[in-house]
Amino acid sequence: MIDTKKCSVQEIVDNVKTNKVSPSEVVGTYLARVKDTNPKLNAFVEVFEDSISSRVKELESKLADNPKTLGALAGVPIAIKDNIAIKGKLCTCASKIMQGYVSPYNAEIINRLVAADAILVGRTNMDEFAMGSSTETSFYGITRNPWDLDSIPGGSSGGSAAAVASKMVPLAIGSDTGGSIRQPASCCGISGLKPTYGLVSRYGLFAFASSLDQIGPFANSIPDLALLLNVIAGHDTKDSTSVDMQTPDYVDAIQKSGDVIKGLKIGLPKEYFISGIDKEVETSVRNAVKVLESLGAEVVEVSLPHTEYALAVYYIIAPAEASANLARYDGIRFGYRSKDAADLLELYEKSRGDGFGPEVKRRIMLGTYTLSSGYYDAYYLKAQKVRTLLRQDFENAFKQVDVIITPTCPTAAFKIGAKMDDPLQMYLSDIFTISCNLAGIPGLNIPCGFSGNGLPIGMQVFGKHFDEVKVLQTAYAYEQHRGWAFPGMKV
Amino acid sequence: MGVSRDESIDRRNLRFIMNTLNYKPTIGLEVHVQVKTVSKLFCGCSTEFGAEPNHNICAVCTGQPGVLPVMNKKAVEFTIRTGLALGCSISEHSVFARKQYFYPDLPKNYQVSQYELPLCIKGSVTLPSTGKRIGITRVHLEEDAGKLLHAIGARELEYSLVDLNRTGIGLMEIVSEPDITSADEAVEYLTTLKSILRYIDVSDCDMEKGTLRCDANISIAKPGDELGTKVEIKNMNSFKSLHTALLYEIVRQNETLSSGGKIIQETRLWDTDINETKSMRSKEFAHDYRYFPEPDLVPFKPSREWVTEIKTSLPELPLARKSRFVKEYGLNDYDAGVLTAEKALADYFEETVTSCVKLGLNNNDAAKPVTNWITTDLLGYLNTNKKDISLSPVTAVNLAGLIKLLTDGTISGKIAKTVFTEMCNTGGKPEDIVKSKGLVQISDESAILKLVIEAINENPKAVAEFKAGKERAVFAIVGAVMKKSQGKANPAVVNKLIKENI
Repeated sequence: MIDTKKCSVQEIVDNVKTNKVSPSEVVGTYLARVKDTNPKLNAFVEVFEDSISSRVKELESKLADNPKTLGALAGVPIAIKDNIAIKGKLCTCASKIMQGYVSPYNAEIINRLVAADAILVGRTNMDEFAMGSSTETSFYGITRNPWDLDSIPGGSSGGSAAAVASKMVPLAIGSDTGGSIRQPASCCGISGLKPTYGLVSRYGLFAFASSLDQIGPFANSIPDLALLLNVIAGHDTKDSTSVDMQTPDYVDAIQKSGDVIKGLKIGLPKEYFISGIDKEVETSVRNAVKVLESLGAEVVEVSLPHTEYALAVYYIIAPAEASANLARYDGIRFGYRSKDAADLLELYEKSRGDGFGPEVKRRIMLGTYTLSSGYYDAYYLKAQKVRTLLRQDFENAFKQVDVIITPTCPTAAFKIGAKMDDPLQMYLSDIFTISCNLAGIPGLNIPCGFSGNGLPIGMQVFGKHFDEVKVLQTAYAYEQHRGWAFPGMKV
Repeated sequence: MGVSRDESIDRRNLRFIMNTLNYKPTIGLEVHVQVKTVSKLFCGCSTEFGAEPNHNICAVCTGQPGVLPVMNKKAVEFTIRTGLALGCSISEHSVFARKQYFYPDLPKNYQVSQYELPLCIKGSVTLPSTGKRIGITRVHLEEDAGKLLHAIGARELEYSLVDLNRTGIGLMEIVSEPDITSADEAVEYLTTLKSILRYIDVSDCDMEKGTLRCDANISIAKPGDELGTKVEIKNMNSFKSLHTALLYEIVRQNETLSSGGKIIQETRLWDTDINETKSMRSKEFAHDYRYFPEPDLVPFKPSREWVTEIKTSLPELPLARKSRFVKEYGLNDYDAGVLTAEKALADYFEETVTSCVKLGLNNNDAAKPVTNWITTDLLGYLNTNKKDISLSPVTAVNLAGLIKLLTDGTISGKIAKTVFTEMCNTGGKPEDIVKSKGLVQISDESAILKLVIEAINENPKAVAEFKAGKERAVFAIVGAVMKKSQGKANPAVVNKLIKENI
């Protein structure tokens, strides 16, 4: 029998379509791994036992009819972050306040995944409402890093990243508002992409910060990542911020990586290689850049002068939008409702007071404050102006270079609990990933080595708006020639 | 304080009282009208009125997590249409914003509205009675909230029920400048505005159904002084409420200031049951709506071509039509005002005149009787039966037919009234009714002569009196003839024959 865990996603699809392996065998292999591994990692908060078997039957009868009609992800198991709506399934943002909430509709990307004949395996753990960098604030408890059970998997999409890294699923979906795909991908040693704002429909993604949120793919390789992006990218009339354009075939595009890398201009922003960044991280990233240079890329230093303001801008804009987006969790129509409220105001106060965790409350309060009358101009409006400057930084840099490379995180994954009492230290974990969301450009993490402690190190590739192709090509060129091997995983 | 409570008070008396007050009011109105689109502002749900509670709802308008708004372009078009009809300029760059407050009728706990950069700015409404222009500050588009039910019939509930059918229906907010200086003017402004909005077919403007709502800002000051402290009045759900509430408030504020008190900036609710405004919340408790641009909608940039296209499609507006009616049909100001208040009525008038002309009457001969028939008979019937002109059983063509029968002498004026009543009841054609009921006027002298002779013979007393010089005595004989002819005899012929044969 074919060992699907050693296959690329395309190979799984091909084997399924040619009846070399059945969807039930594929999913069975992965579910066995989930059964064995998930108790150690807590990456999945729910496995869709019931619907998986009926879904498998559906695909098998489709196969029996005509294998050619099967889609691009035929029989491929995929995990979904717990903040994306799947009709008939619980969807809770890993929050107490949303316990019991069953979504009445499908997110657009769920429709696309189903149409591509993927198998939805379960929902994955995350920081509550995607607010965090460690997956430690979840109502369902922490998720552990498969490379070191005492370390965090990153966040907020830590469950999806850990599930893919530990091969419980070949693919997963996450969301990225300030680094929530790239940072956990870096911590877990896998590939993860935050697409250009507007490339993937946000319809059905439980909003955190609407102008920053994007759904994106996780995978163990760039070809797998490109294949998943092919399925989820593209215009959706239900999302007014989704851009109406023809998307390229990313799988086709990466086949040209070898040619494209010759003469490709790579920028290294000096503001990202600063003191305070871990030596091992810097060395790994610089070595990876040398690999690309050896393949024919041209490397130049660039400047993104407003980088130092990115974190401050982010922590004004994201909480402001969140304070409005999270207002609907009020105990009135769905989710948790306090039972001992005497009147309407108390119902709001107690339901929200008991239902939200401390980090979510902190951000709601921050956002409520900065949008308040008399403070709006000083905070929100000013932050939007600086956001424009940050965007212009990238526009200027991209006049000189095709892609920009930086470390994804200043350090490898930190220990569980290390930063839980220090929000500012926690926020700094996202210092290299945040600008990308503010500018709306695509950003990708690809593993570029391991630390002395055996933890993955990630490299980040930025591209121009909607130039996912060059980002993927750069990453794929590196992936094919990286010159180091993954160590064995203990779990 | 009794002034506003006594509804029977004579208007002239009222005006006199208002004139004697020391402090004069400054009023601005904030009007909300539902746009007449088939679907809601951000989703495909129906806007139908009167559906079962929570029937016209979906994931989007109930604010399920993860949903996104998609702008209804027709609603934007209607708002621009409104702006153009009110002489506003249409913004080249318009932004939607989130207005945040917690209430169970607002599922997202924010309302998508507009704050800075509304779709339309700076226009005006001209009041027909005085020609005074009331400035329009802005017209913007937003989503409506749902409804809360605190009682079923007379039974108070221990809980509240939420109906989200109305949630997410497109709502235009039309804000006037504080140019209004009396309750009468406020009512005239609102009436005129409603007339315009119905003309351009963007809203039904039905206060009973809540598709037209009005809040007022009012302050008072001595002439020449700075404006006083502003009070907002809400919950006036009829034109009468608006009038009475403003009168009440003008008097209340005058009394407060005259007795050495202070007006506090607050929101007051009009209570129709007791005809008083009551304090709802003061400024210290005023909402901070924490507006910020709606990130789920991209800024709206209506193209100039589109705006021009909308402008070209505007119909003739009430005021212009009124002056044209005066000029073209020789109507007086009052009649022209009545006939042009509603577009459908004005259309009906013109259609009737056109039909009359087709039947051989000339424009000026037709206009007068058409005006009279519509303003007295038809509107009387429609008002009594609470029917809209669009549902009139008497069509314009049939009314023209009736007028034709009357002017060519086929039927008498009295019979015409009978025929009209029959037309209202059955929707029939006047010719058919006249024929089937045998109502044609008799002008044939030989037929009438027989009845005249009979009447002369049967009324010797009247004949004697007439012969003795009492001219009026002839009416008794005419009456007798008419009775014999069942009203069908041509009165002119009857008169002539009596005088010849007496």
